[in-house]
Amino acid sequence: MPRITFIDFNGASHDVEAKTGGTLMEAAIEAMVPGIEGDCGGNCICATCHVYVDPAWLARLPDPEGDEEAMIEYTSEPEDNSRLTCQLTVTDELDGMVVRIPETQY
Amino acid sequence: MSETTVIVGAGHAAGMLTTTLIQKKYDGKIVIVGDEAHLPYQRPPLSKAYLSGEVELSSLYLKPQETYDKAGVALSLDTRVEAIDRDSRELTLADGSGLTYDNLVLATGSQVRRIPVPGADLGGIHYLRTIADVDALRPALTAGQRLVIVGGGYIGLEVAAVAAKLGVSVTVLETEGRVMARVTGETISRYFERKHREAGVDLRTGTRVVAFEAGDDGQVGGVTCDDDNTVPADLVLVSIGIQPETALAEAAGLACDDGILVDEYTRTDDPHILAIGDCTRHRNLYFDQPVRLESVANAVDQARTAAATLTGGDQPYNAAPWFWSNQYDLRLQMVGLSEGHDATAIRGNPDDDTFAVFYLKQGKLIAVDAVNMPPAFMAGKKLVGARAAVEPATLIDLDVDLKSIM
Repeated sequence: MPRITFIDFNGASHDVEAKTGGTLMEAAIEAMVPGIEGDCGGNCICATCHVYVDPAWLARLPDPEGDEEAMIEYTSEPEDNSRLTCQLTVTDELDGMVVRIPETQY
Repeated sequence: MSETTVIVGAGHAAGMLTTTLIQKKYDGKIVIVGDEAHLPYQRPPLSKAYLSGEVELSSLYLKPQETYDKAGVALSLDTRVEAIDRDSRELTLADGSGLTYDNLVLATGSQVRRIPVPGADLGGIHYLRTIADVDALRPALTAGQRLVIVGGGYIGLEVAAVAAKLGVSVTVLETEGRVMARVTGETISRYFERKHREAGVDLRTGTRVVAFEAGDDGQVGGVTCDDDNTVPADLVLVSIGIQPETALAEAAGLACDDGILVDEYTRTDDPHILAIGDCTRHRNLYFDQPVRLESVANAVDQARTAAATLTGGDQPYNAAPWFWSNQYDLRLQMVGLSEGHDATAIRGNPDDDTFAVFYLKQGKLIAVDAVNMPPAFMAGKKLVGARAAVEPATLIDLDVDLKSIM
């Protein structure tokens, strides 16, 4: 299973074994990574699973579209590398990816 | 010896409380007692993606079994709690055994409201609250079947959308003059009524069900309304709301009033008992009055509050509620409660299937209902949370970026 590293706002690393085909949010929630809330359960409703993707990995992800793109803009501190993890499908190519968690999801 | 926290109920609130306690490194023992056979799971997909078969059972579970095992959480599923003895701090379970607690958290959720009319116990009449309910309903939803849905709220309309897509012939009977009347304003109601009719749903408002008639096979065969019409039915879904599950609390003498009464820390009037989620009528600092909310957001927020209370934190509940519904390709996102509004402003155009209704009270934004317009919902979460004063002219101006007023 691809390993994804979540770095929380305090700088602590959380390595997560993510299931291929699942979403990055599901992997984080299952591993109880602090700071990934996923209040709506992965339905792209609440934007509480926001992360910053390491720029080196950003290009390997499909571009955000539709609701994800619209919601990201309204998170607390959106950046060019902001993504909602409930919309990111885990693939083997993402093994080793690093993402950072914002200070708040609200 | 460390303390024991027993959670009664294994729904979304119970699951979220448990994982939050684990994250907070709570050093007591956690025991969950739930009367369903399932691990804590998400209910919202039941009437949407789980009913339509788009998602599997396992994806409904908030956490897999291993998460609870690893954390040493004891799960007693398929187990009813019969009574609470507050003096000895002991629960009586269905098999007669006892379970003692230091802290008790009631997360008993709600039960469906039953319809009290003749024929209501006929076969073929369904309710929808649990995985088991959907597993019983789904195989019957095949093309050409005639489904009559009693109640045009979220659940009824979400099922109508799924069923219509499957080629089921759907009739929705709503007692009120418009659908979703309890939770939204007229513009949204009328819009969704139109969308359902366009999808082929026979939607009748102002129509009360007075009886169910048996068909030749002894199952339900028709639904008789107060206009004396009988709508033919192969199956029926009754979705007329829920009632908070307070029986256990009431029998134990806890203060209840259409919900177990709790303060903004989720405390009942017993210092050893908290209550969270659908079953509560609670203080939320966002509101002047106690409220009862039927939503995941409330279950999650109260679970976090309770976790703080149990671990010595001071985190009063203070949040604007939010909700969502998916019907066809329409995503309705809502924040705040629109009740009591004295003005509305509509951004966008319903004819474009992308619009939002803003509800104001004395110039302050109290709620937003957004259809396929996530920015209005996201901006609304911030603005409604702050009860911000906003000019209606600003809200409806599509040239104004909502971010600029957040």
